[in-house]
Amino acid sequence: MAALTPISRKPLSMVLPTVAAAGGFLGMFVGAGQGSAFLGILIGAALMAGLAWVYITILDNERVARWITILGLGVIGLFFAGFTGMIVGLLAGWFFAFFIFWLYEGRYRQRLLPYLTGQQVFGHYFFRVICGAIFVFLITPILVVLPLSFNAQDFFTFTPEMLRLDPEGYSLKHYRDFFTNNEWQRSFKNSLIIAPIATVISVTLGTLAAIGLSQSHVPGRRAIMGILISPMIVPLIISATGMFFFYSDIGRFLEGTLGMDKNFVGYIKVVLAHAVLGIPFVIITVTATLVGFDQSLTRAAANMGAGPVRTFFKIQMPLILPGVISGGLFAFITSFDEVVVVLFVGSASQKTLPWQMFTGLREQISPTILAVATILVVISIALLATVELLRRRSERLRGLSPA
Amino acid sequence: MKVTKTTLLASAVAAVAGGAMAEEMTIVSWGGAYSKSQLKAYHEPYSEKTGVTILNDDSSAEAVAKLRAMNEAGNITWDVVDVVAADAIRLCDEGLAMEIDPEVHLAAAPDGTSAADDFGDMLVSECYIPTIVYSTTFGYRTDLVGDTPPTSVCAVFDTDAYPGKRALEKRPINNMEWALICDGVPKDQVYDVLETSEGQDQALAKLATIKDDVIWWSSGSDTPQLLADGEIVMGSTYNGRLFSLIEEQNQPVGMLWDAQVFDLDGFIIPAGLSEERQQRALDYIFFASDTQRLADQAKWISYGPARSSSAPLVSQHAELGIDMAPHMPTDPENAKNTFLYNFEFWADYRDDIDAKFQAWLAQ
Repeated sequence: MAALTPISRKPLSMVLPTVAAAGGFLGMFVGAGQGSAFLGILIGAALMAGLAWVYITILDNERVARWITILGLGVIGLFFAGFTGMIVGLLAGWFFAFFIFWLYEGRYRQRLLPYLTGQQVFGHYFFRVICGAIFVFLITPILVVLPLSFNAQDFFTFTPEMLRLDPEGYSLKHYRDFFTNNEWQRSFKNSLIIAPIATVISVTLGTLAAIGLSQSHVPGRRAIMGILISPMIVPLIISATGMFFFYSDIGRFLEGTLGMDKNFVGYIKVVLAHAVLGIPFVIITVTATLVGFDQSLTRAAANMGAGPVRTFFKIQMPLILPGVISGGLFAFITSFDEVVVVLFVGSASQKTLPWQMFTGLREQISPTILAVATILVVISIALLATVELLRRRSERLRGLSPA
Repeated sequence: MKVTKTTLLASAVAAVAGGAMAEEMTIVSWGGAYSKSQLKAYHEPYSEKTGVTILNDDSSAEAVAKLRAMNEAGNITWDVVDVVAADAIRLCDEGLAMEIDPEVHLAAAPDGTSAADDFGDMLVSECYIPTIVYSTTFGYRTDLVGDTPPTSVCAVFDTDAYPGKRALEKRPINNMEWALICDGVPKDQVYDVLETSEGQDQALAKLATIKDDVIWWSSGSDTPQLLADGEIVMGSTYNGRLFSLIEEQNQPVGMLWDAQVFDLDGFIIPAGLSEERQQRALDYIFFASDTQRLADQAKWISYGPARSSSAPLVSQHAELGIDMAPHMPTDPENAKNTFLYNFEFWADYRDDIDAKFQAWLAQ
């Protein structure tokens, strides 16, 4: 973007405290790692403010200053914390070299509107920092899992070998464990059986319910809606306890009176329980899409002689499909992630992946869980990306510009 | 089209239903290395011998609550449950576990000694078939204790000589006893002192001296993880976990056997199983608790067999090839100063002292 505002150099009284604050912030984390956060704040603030003062008043050469900062902090990092310390140091050096001159030369105003007050400029960047922080808080826990799943040891620890990026510290053994261990394979298979079936049931029932409830002549539709959505509102542990007793009776009937196999009944129970949990998501998303659905289209179809079923599949279904699919995705994830209800309702032969992860985490902290988590993250990203691509493709085919 | 769909569905149903028709039983245990040792020593040979498929359910931690709920709902899905002695006593008292007659249901020792004599004092409840003796003891980081590794449990309370965090279990059991011993109470009087309100206060006061330095754990895997991270200088956990940490994971950790507290772990059979399932469970128990099987388990984990006739058969670790006897909590060298967990005392006082302990923790 082109420069909007002419820039001028800023006074030291504004640059130094800001740089000191940023330095103190970084120093706090480094200091906490070395034992004293308070000392870290002091040293970080003093070091950065000192550097800024030297660069601005004595050196006044941005290129040289940049290399001094990057290499200097890199060496300090290497000295204190080895290889990873060096990388952190280099990055910090690069940032501060940029930051000091960005402030001093007044470049931060370059792309903003000329008439903004100082407070508004501050607000602008403060907002971005907050957004960045939220992003970091959301994504770091997921990113931390990825390298740890390649740990050569059986602990959730960054070993010294890993930090030195030594190949000895890394291994695929936890992935091997996942693919060869019977317990993990059984639970993975169970998840792949239970989640899709539960999804199909909840999508079918949820879509039907949403369409019915969107008709204005249905009596008591708000009350019915409330009841259908209740599994999402009631705390899961309460639903699970109720389901345990409810499905025990159903299970006894199916096994005792109808003579069905114990394991098969177990699957039926878990699938039904998960379908119940998934239905509210489908109802909500489909209801939302139906708001924009023009009811005169169904009347037009009826006018031309189509029965209600044909109208539904040919007219209504294609138009509300995005809502149905996203509801289905939510229902799938609900079942695939669910641990409380399956612990209550299922027995060991219906053990799902989350169940295995849960007990694995409690009894033995094994990084196999991290390997599984990594695989699941990759699968979810692939799944969501595919759905998004398909959606864009269908919109393109229908002549809409992708949103 | 319609026919194909129906046939497909029918065959899918038949496949699921038919595949599960083989004989199957669900055994509940603790998971991790412990379940693996049972798998290798009991489940695999048993499946091979009888063709019964064994399913693992790692739910022993909530076995009592779940068994109560299952009993209430009339839907017992477990066939054999592995629990600690205190839980077995509770389940037996509540009628949730079936009574076992050692002479009928358990195998005699190879030399003809009856099962009742072979297990001896270990049979703490009519419903219980103990399989192992384990102990709760301390491990310490060898690189954080300097030149004088701790030799007494009282090192835990000595923050001057051994500065740093220590991990203790988040419950009064064992901690109260250790606190009193290190406060000068003779070992044989510990439970007499602990019966009184003043004695409990004395133990809590001793624990209060290190309260700021304690990380409280609730799962057996916490202390090994904390020791591996170097976050604590010492911590209590089950001796098998420490064995695995030291010998299998090669971490710089040492064992402090002093004042280790013995406890038992073993099987119960839930009450109210159908005749067929009960027979199968009894058959499994008869097999799994015989002399050779108990000795075999010690090849996989460093817990002592509960039968005295199994002790001489304990051999080497199946994968590491090291002698297991010196790693057993019952080994004379390790058992110089031990402490037997007092089941009766804790059965009577547990609720009161638990409440007091939790209130103290929250202060």
